[in-house]
Amino acid sequence: MAEFLQFAFSGLTVGAIYALVALGFALIYNASHVINFAQGEFVTIGGMATVALMTGGGLPLLLAIPAAVMITALVGLALEKFAVEPAIGRPGGASVVTIIIITIGASIFIRGVVQVTLGKDFHRLPAFSGEAPIDILGARLQPQSLWVLGVTLLVVAALWWFFGRTRFGKAMLATSHNRLAAQLVGIDTRLVLLASFGLSAALGGLAGILTAPITLTKYDIGIMLGLKGFAAAILGGLGSGPGAIVGGIALGLAEALAAGYISSAYKDAVAFIIILVVLFVRPSGLLGGRSTERV
Amino acid sequence: MTMLLSISGLTSHYGRIQALAGIDLTVAEGELLALVGANGAGKTTLLRTISGVQPATGGSVRYADRDITRSAPSDRVRLGIAQVPEGRQVFGPLAVEDNLMLGGYTRPKAERAAEMEKVYALFPVLAQRRREPAGTLSGGQQQMLAIGRALMAKPRLLLLDEPSMGLAPLLVEEIFRAIVALKKAGTTIFLVEQNARAALAIADRGYVLETGRIVLHDTGAALLENDKVREAYLGV
Ligand SMILES: Nc1ncnc2c1ncn2[C@@H]1O[C@H](COP(=O)(O)OP(=O)(O)OP(=O)(O)O)[C@@H](O)[C@H]1O
Ligand SMILES: [Mg+2]
Repeated sequence: MAEFLQFAFSGLTVGAIYALVALGFALIYNASHVINFAQGEFVTIGGMATVALMTGGGLPLLLAIPAAVMITALVGLALEKFAVEPAIGRPGGASVVTIIIITIGASIFIRGVVQVTLGKDFHRLPAFSGEAPIDILGARLQPQSLWVLGVTLLVVAALWWFFGRTRFGKAMLATSHNRLAAQLVGIDTRLVLLASFGLSAALGGLAGILTAPITLTKYDIGIMLGLKGFAAAILGGLGSGPGAIVGGIALGLAEALAAGYISSAYKDAVAFIIILVVLFVRPSGLLGGRSTERV
Repeated sequence: MTMLLSISGLTSHYGRIQALAGIDLTVAEGELLALVGANGAGKTTLLRTISGVQPATGGSVRYADRDITRSAPSDRVRLGIAQVPEGRQVFGPLAVEDNLMLGGYTRPKAERAAEMEKVYALFPVLAQRRREPAGTLSGGQQQMLAIGRALMAKPRLLLLDEPSMGLAPLLVEEIFRAIVALKKAGTTIFLVEQNARAALAIADRGYVLETGRIVLHDTGAALLENDKVREAYLGV
């Protein structure tokens, strides 16, 4: 029991991180049908910017975190404004595939810039509130896990409010369901796309910051986290917000249980097996299913 | 008569395919204009170009004395041009009420509740189903919702793209009654239809579009009597 609980705690924690990354994928996919391959780099920037602001800039953690989230969001906005939008705005417009390739280029570029400016080493953030584990029924829960889960819950609640209650949130939803109709009611769908990149980057950055005290951070940490987040998004149903959360948690738990009960060597394989199984058995994912009507 | 909309030499392309080959057309304030034409004539393309969701490649669109040829779609909605698109295009997973609210996206919040009551008065069935996802409505109800959504923008010019498509005769009548009522209330209406008989019967004037060109225009009544129209579009 204690052993299972231990695996569940670690699965939930990493699952929450995957969920945040998966939500980022969903946001941009919904606004543009583009899979943003730079999503993982947002995670990198979040963690690395916090490290740089604390060690280089001397900022306390409490200030470095919001500043790093802001920096990541700005990078997301810049990516849309200076790389994606000019491509779409060209006469004839760029295809989804072209834009996906642009995001691949951006991810390589961002990784390069982080490597050159901040080095290739692992960096560590201090845990937000100490390292003394909490004992629950014989299992040990790290305080940082509580931060990860708590902040993820807050983010989910904020997103739920934003998309369910605010005018612009509903406009973003409407655009994802029917872009033409959204334009015809007067929604500025270019602004929606810009906002989705900014929001998505902020979520990725936050994920990178939350996980840095646990998994450390490095210029290329985003490659693996991006892939895992993508697997979670596919598992939950690409483009579905609740699906991203369910997919993230499910993937995190599956990994932790596979690592605990079988072998940690299989941990990373779980995500790839899940991608393959979902694509064969249920391409719309657990909570997806709107894909047919959106075409 | 003052012209609310005047289009001249308008062209539009899909890649290299020309869909509009120089359209000249005017709509007077307060009139009900019908545009008829066969499949693929370019009717939808013309309405989309007027709304700005399809780029014009040449010519101009003037509305209320300003050139809007290059304006963003959202600016045109703010100026009072709303469209009921072909195939309804409701936001399927969103509630009926949310669809209507989004129709009033460009209007101040305070206005929206009152506008919504007017839409519910015009189509009471929408009020009954206000909390249900739009995708669960029948075809006719979705068409009413699409019209209601456009009305939420308080349009001065309402563009309707084949509102009778795929509907049972009784529903077609109801939709056309609503269109006539809107016209009487002062809205300028640009009605695109394949159902030429019904459209020309309620129209002040009509245009006939063939492969991207206007080939005829006259009063609605005269077009109904026109031999070419009778043969090609009325099946007599
Ligand atoms: N997205 C598109 N890509 C390429 N060609 C298109 C596209 N949409 C329309 N066309 C072409 O443009 C021409 C005009 O099409 P349009 O949809 O405007 O006609 P329509 O009069 O509305 O027809 P319908 O009565 O079937 O609705 C047709 O030849 C059509 O094949
Ligand atoms: Mg059409």
